[in-house]
Amino acid sequence: MPSSPPWWRDRRVIPWLVQGVVGLVVLVVIAFLLGNLVRNLSAAGLLLSWRWLGQPAGFDLSESVLPFNAELPYWRALMAGLVNTLRAVAIGLVGSTLLGTLLGMAAFSSNGLLRRLAVVYVEVIRNIPLLLQLVFWYFVVFLSLPNGTDALQFPGVVLAKSGFYAAGFEQGHWHGPALINGVWHAPLRLSVELTALLTGLIAYTSAFIAEVVRGGIASVAKGQWEAAASLGLHWSITLRRVVLPQALRVIIPGLNSQYIGLAKNSSLAVAVGYTDLYSVAETTLNQTGRAVEVILLLLGAYLVIDLLISAVMNGLNRLVQIRER
Amino acid sequence: MSPSLPQRLRRELMATPTDAVVSLVLIVAITAAAVGFLRWALFKAQWVVIQANSTLFAVGRYPIEQQWRLWLLVTLLTAATGLGWGLLRGRRWPLHDRIAAGLLTALALWAPAALSLSLAIQLRWWALTALLLALRWVVGVWGPGWWSGLSPLGRRLLPLGWPLLYLTGMVLISGGLGLTPVSPSEWGGLMLTLLMASFAMLLSFPLGVALALARRSDLPLLRWGSVLYIEFIRGAPLITLLFLGQNILGFLLPGGVAPDRVWRAAWVLTFFCAAYLAEAVRSGLAAVPRGQFEAARALGLTVPQSLARVVLPQALRTALPTMVGQFISLLQDTTLLSLIGLLDLLGTARSVMANPAYLGKNAEVYFTLAVLFWCCCAALGLGSRALERRLDTSRSTTNPSDSAPSPAVA
Repeated sequence: MPSSPPWWRDRRVIPWLVQGVVGLVVLVVIAFLLGNLVRNLSAAGLLLSWRWLGQPAGFDLSESVLPFNAELPYWRALMAGLVNTLRAVAIGLVGSTLLGTLLGMAAFSSNGLLRRLAVVYVEVIRNIPLLLQLVFWYFVVFLSLPNGTDALQFPGVVLAKSGFYAAGFEQGHWHGPALINGVWHAPLRLSVELTALLTGLIAYTSAFIAEVVRGGIASVAKGQWEAAASLGLHWSITLRRVVLPQALRVIIPGLNSQYIGLAKNSSLAVAVGYTDLYSVAETTLNQTGRAVEVILLLLGAYLVIDLLISAVMNGLNRLVQIRER
Repeated sequence: MSPSLPQRLRRELMATPTDAVVSLVLIVAITAAAVGFLRWALFKAQWVVIQANSTLFAVGRYPIEQQWRLWLLVTLLTAATGLGWGLLRGRRWPLHDRIAAGLLTALALWAPAALSLSLAIQLRWWALTALLLALRWVVGVWGPGWWSGLSPLGRRLLPLGWPLLYLTGMVLISGGLGLTPVSPSEWGGLMLTLLMASFAMLLSFPLGVALALARRSDLPLLRWGSVLYIEFIRGAPLITLLFLGQNILGFLLPGGVAPDRVWRAAWVLTFFCAAYLAEAVRSGLAAVPRGQFEAARALGLTVPQSLARVVLPQALRTALPTMVGQFISLLQDTTLLSLIGLLDLLGTARSVMANPAYLGKNAEVYFTLAVLFWCCCAALGLGSRALERRLDTSRSTTNPSDSAPSPAVA
């Protein structure tokens, strides 16, 4: 008669034993860290408090969608930073989706040169760090643009060292960019910092989106192309009307992670001097020393942005799937 | 019969009238861009900013009298690479190897001269390249014989040379064990970038695998703990985590224990990369059929044995491309260290350009950095693809589209 195994080798006990040990270790580590945190913070007189958010910030923002000045409290500064981040992310999402889709479609063009160029673009962009691209756009390209009459002028659009100007509606009338006393004015103006940030973000993210789109299009059965071609459709119409609607099922989940990546990457704005949420938070921390609170706010804000993007994309995904079946 | 070149060009570039117009516009644009770039690179750009600061870009402010240690490390790495390369290929010199050898020779002849390094240092680079190629050849000829004569234990122990070499490198760089200590604040440039990236890669790998296994575990505590960690890290931009490491780690640890700023950043990079690796490994694990694990258990292997011997090898092979992609982005992410005031490659570049003598030389410096990063990342990608081909067990099977699933496999 075999003796029963010792209790610590009992299959019913092992899972609980493992979890107990892991849980205990994690708890001890967390307790140790939190204990240190409380002790160190109270020694520095920085115990968790949110009252400083109401104190005047004392610094100004170089640009803000929300009205802001140095007398307004810290929470207004952080709000202004958040809105600036959201603006950059929103424009970046639209721009990189457009450019990325075009590039992804170019990979299936009947023109060999265009096909290869799309591949080269993706390979160049993906293997160079985004931060390096951002500082390149800002310091090398945009800061060396001329101002005034020498600025780069296109129909309805002007690119100068002072920023990006575009035509638009102002008081019910269509206005183009105009030079008044050596300074450009236009209904739509983006600062040179935001322009550099957006250029870098869009150029970078669109390379990844192009890969997602390419993969999605490649996932559509070859017979669909051939059927459309035998009906006499041009490749661009085939793509738009036949292949893309089917490819969207594969593309949208991939886009979701690229969009979240873009939102997170927008925090690199600090390198080009755009006052986004991260850069305001950094200034706030330097002034108040409230490290824990500022980090909690930052992490919370980015988490909310990520969740928002995910929620929208999941909704979109469901829409595409239902229409498909 | 394959079409002739004019026919091919015609089909590729002028299939339709629209295509012809597009091709024409593209050719004009590409030519203009290439001419403009060449004119800038050859006549306008002042590359002296790179030449004068090449040491700074390579190793930062590492003390000059201690730099022999870095040369020793580079020599050891070169020797190990030549050894491994030779053992891998043997007597054969496939096309890839000939291209690599040619490129390395050209690089050794051109780069030191282009950087106008002193003759002594140029000679060292030539010697290093010669050592690499000579070892490749010598080991390729005599290595395989020696390898087959080696006992199984010796064959298993030999790859341990790499981690040993890594530790030796750490000691050589940081000092200790009788060497003069060089504090991390004096490390910089490409050395710091590669050190940070390799450190984070090596340590995040086991951490990522453990997290992935925990996330797929049946034990709720492990699963939820892992999910919480992975989603927390993946929800935050890296810069906020680096910021957290610099500003809060000091509060979380008892006074005086908190590591140096450089090591804090290294640990943050490690924990950051681990969360993303865990997701890559998890997708690999999901691709392994459950029957594999059950069969291993039925054969009497314990749970750790089944995971380590049966499930993980298959999962990691599937996850390899994603993991290498993660490592490439980790290498790129090291540039963020410059934003928290460390002198990695980009940080060094910014400090060089803050020097009044090199004001306005942004384009030259950033271009050089871009080329450097591009080469490193592209090399990692190429290596990954080569490894994938080597590990691909399905290569011998026929095209899956025309072969019915065989009952033995299904």
